[in-house]
Amino acid sequence: MSHRYTAANTSLRTAGIMVLFTVTFTAVMSATYDATRPAIEASAQEGKMRLINEVLPPSSYDNGLLDDFVTLGPTPQLGLDDGGRIYRARRAGAPAALVLEAAAPDGYAGRIQLVVAVGADGRVSGVRAVGHKETPGLGDYIDPRKDRNKTQPWIGQFAGVSLADVAAAKWTVKRDGGAFAYRIGATISARAVSRATGRVLEYATENRDALFAAQSGSRI
Amino acid sequence: MNLQSFRESAWNGLWRQNTGLVQLLGLCPILAVSTSVVNAVSLGLATVLVMAVSNFAVASLRNFIPYEIRIPVFVLIIAALTTVVDLAFNAYFHDLYLVLGIFIPLIVTNCIVLARVEAFAAKNDPVSSTVDGVMMGLGLVCVLAVLGGLRELVGNGTLFSGIEMLVPSLSPIAVFGNDYPGFLIGVLPPGAFFTLGCLIALSNWMRTRAAQRKHAMLRPAAPVADEAPSAP
Repeated sequence: MSHRYTAANTSLRTAGIMVLFTVTFTAVMSATYDATRPAIEASAQEGKMRLINEVLPPSSYDNGLLDDFVTLGPTPQLGLDDGGRIYRARRAGAPAALVLEAAAPDGYAGRIQLVVAVGADGRVSGVRAVGHKETPGLGDYIDPRKDRNKTQPWIGQFAGVSLADVAAAKWTVKRDGGAFAYRIGATISARAVSRATGRVLEYATENRDALFAAQSGSRI
Repeated sequence: MNLQSFRESAWNGLWRQNTGLVQLLGLCPILAVSTSVVNAVSLGLATVLVMAVSNFAVASLRNFIPYEIRIPVFVLIIAALTTVVDLAFNAYFHDLYLVLGIFIPLIVTNCIVLARVEAFAAKNDPVSSTVDGVMMGLGLVCVLAVLGGLRELVGNGTLFSGIEMLVPSLSPIAVFGNDYPGFLIGVLPPGAFFTLGCLIALSNWMRTRAAQRKHAMLRPAAPVADEAPSAP
């Protein structure tokens, strides 16, 4: 008598085939991952550099920016729940600027991830919204690529401003008594970015010396 | 595969069984990303690629997949191949990936891929299955392009915004001029439902009309035949 078609045999055989498929396709995925990782890492670095070039002119520093950084744990002042990095630009060894990863937690549609460059002189060099879900065509003017005003994008107004020019309490939109413009109908996105930039600037100003002095790659 | 069955596949995918207008499968990603022509077509093309690859893989392996566990195996294959496509795009077409990248993982949630694998690729040879995947995908691209175009036009008054990220030398067209105030509902989710509803209504009307015509063409002789016996 044959044992081939008992329930136990069938389920074992089916389970075996399932395992075989899982192993095969996991192998395919991990092989692809290994094969593509160098190229992906290279383009991630390049993308990061391109972004940093938008907020900080490459001529203002001469060190390898991406290799000179400190990592942060969760930092509420910067809006970082999971931590982030601060890159340090130096010119001939002297501090030139800090490039901070930050986030505005109170956007209209969740968090707005930012990159803020603050010069060693305490002036904002540039701000970019790198990740957000603000309403298309309404609140997304915080991203200069989506901004309809190409010649003077909204986010450009922070460049060159320091805490001496605009006191910490004034880092919000004009409607709230602050110093910064916003566009009618989409105040929340602008307010979130303005306030977050103010907090980042305060943080960078207060911790400037400690941030520049820390060992590269260390955790603050 | 001969010309006849190729035509059959093409006609099925592009019109008769159109994913967006007739099968109405995978609507979640369709409605979510059809805010502009460029977004919509980008998602569509990524879906074409994944559908072709997974249909091919399933059709090649169909004789090794036990019937009882076919669905988990299909899901496994689709998810694995989507990951491979995602990684390959990221590594070798990085600029395109920056635009398409967010859409590729969305494809896993698109049940049209699983539906075609189950309904077609599991029973047919690899070549016809690949053609079926491509045609179904292209049908989706057409619907997405129209949907994205209408929503973008109504919502923003532009066409092809974001094209500069794909082809740097091209720029978007401001159809209603730069002063168009925008009609936000076009871009927001309700606009997606309204627009798709209108498209489906239009397609149903065209289908009904085509069926009526066919009907009329088949029976023009009927009244004559009825009269014939009484008029000798």
